[in-house]
Amino acid sequence: MSWLPILIKGCYFLAALLFILGLKRMSSPRTARGGIVWAGYGMLLAVLATFFLPDMHNRGLIIAAVLVGVGAAWWSGRRVAMTSMPQMVALYNGMGGGAAAAIGAVELIGYARHLDPALASTAALLSPVELSLGVLGALIGAVSFSGSLIAFAKLQGWLDKRFVFPAQRVVNMLLLAAAVLIGVLLVSGHASLPLIAAFFALALLFGLMMTLPIGGADMPVVISLYNAFTGLAVAFEGFVLGNEAMIIAGTVVGAAGTLLTQLMAKAMNRSIGNVLFGSFGASGGEAQAIAGAQKPIDASDAAVMMAYAERVVIVPGYGLAVAQAQHKVWEFAKLLGERGVKVKFAIHPVAGRMPGHMNVLLAEAGVPYDLIADMDDINPEFPNVDVALVIGANDVVNPLAKTDPASPIYGMPILDVMNAKHVIVIKRGKGTGFAGIENALFYADNTRMLYGDGQAAVGELVTALKSVDS
Amino acid sequence: MIDGFLALYIFMLAAFTGYEIIARVPVILHTPLMSGSNFVHGIVLVGAMIALGQAQTPFEMAIGFVGVLLGAGNAAGGYVVTERMLEMFKSSKPQAGKGSK
Repeated sequence: MSWLPILIKGCYFLAALLFILGLKRMSSPRTARGGIVWAGYGMLLAVLATFFLPDMHNRGLIIAAVLVGVGAAWWSGRRVAMTSMPQMVALYNGMGGGAAAAIGAVELIGYARHLDPALASTAALLSPVELSLGVLGALIGAVSFSGSLIAFAKLQGWLDKRFVFPAQRVVNMLLLAAAVLIGVLLVSGHASLPLIAAFFALALLFGLMMTLPIGGADMPVVISLYNAFTGLAVAFEGFVLGNEAMIIAGTVVGAAGTLLTQLMAKAMNRSIGNVLFGSFGASGGEAQAIAGAQKPIDASDAAVMMAYAERVVIVPGYGLAVAQAQHKVWEFAKLLGERGVKVKFAIHPVAGRMPGHMNVLLAEAGVPYDLIADMDDINPEFPNVDVALVIGANDVVNPLAKTDPASPIYGMPILDVMNAKHVIVIKRGKGTGFAGIENALFYADNTRMLYGDGQAAVGELVTALKSVDS
Repeated sequence: MIDGFLALYIFMLAAFTGYEIIARVPVILHTPLMSGSNFVHGIVLVGAMIALGQAQTPFEMAIGFVGVLLGAGNAAGGYVVTERMLEMFKSSKPQAGKGSK
């Protein structure tokens, strides 16, 4: 009877279809939620079908591993805060890369076993093409694994320092070259356990060394790139295993992830090569000295200023999310709205830790889409804005990006907040931002600084606003 | 077993599909979409299950086990995280959400 294999293949086909349709739906806000559910059904179908493949051993082990893996990830995914989403994506992505590498390892070890004349078995050997793709997939998967874990650790704040030493690039290239060389040896019939171990050790080390020198601000691009890497690795291993669902899903993600990476890099005005090989903040030349001083303001004055303004634009940054102040800010915006003030939110493409991250965080607080403006839409309006309220944003409103060629962020598109009539900046202290760059906006004549923790400061604003006579 | 050129055709068409899907996506959805595509490559779980299913020595089984564990984490974690993010977009008032362009 051959209906079972056909049924299983049919399930894989359906799964691939559901993945593509699901991703398609996810690319529009209105259908997005249905999209992930569709893709979820596809995954469920593919996993269930796999249990019924012929020649499957170790079913107990498989079930145990699936249950533990799903349980742990489900639990951690449920309880993690929205602000930590980027590093969770990095973590889960790294796991996928690790799984792809593990598949490659199992296949390679099995292959090496068959090469050994003492243990020679009758099982079919992998073809040279399959072997090459398997090795390549394992290499990419392993790099994605260790690289993603570093990205996770950096965003989680476990690895604060950038790790830089002289000739780093040369060392990294040598590591990669050595891994590739061993990979070629593996493919050309020299597969043995020590060689396989060396191969994976080098690949993992390369992923580690590759990611360590990259600064936290660039991590989203890196995560997106590793996401594409994992997709590619999955596609290659899918070829080795003869699994079409893996080839299609992996390739779709590989291509989509590559494009997404480019879009993100463009939003940050950096090329992917620059992110990977240039060291952020290490640009030559003396930074422009900034004249003037930061001028403080207290919450009640700030509240009065905005209460009698006609148009207020709120510029939220990652600091707002860290302080968990989204709900307070929305409350404040609603209060202003009740007084007849026109309030909008302006979001920089890379506000938050990833493009779109801030939109997610504002959506969490219940801010409707139509009050949220893109950079390109809001920038021409700033001269007509009475008060721009900057909360926890720094580099994305730094005018030095336009005026100081020596600045590391020179050329990055910014929100033209300094064109507003008045600017109020809520900031924890006088330090520099995430990327460690001084901000000229804070010293501008029309800028007032409201020092304090985002949550507390906005709370004071709300209280102060309520006591303003209408 | 898949014929080499057939695989190449699948590869090419799937790559174009992935590119086209993302090409017109608004910035607002970049993070959920990255997370969603992260979930989709969780299909690696299927491959890891097959690898563990075919593993013969204890060493291979151990690596396969880790592979399934990681793959399951990728799939489940990717789903939960994406779903949580997209759920919030639903709560905005209907039709207000033509989104940013």
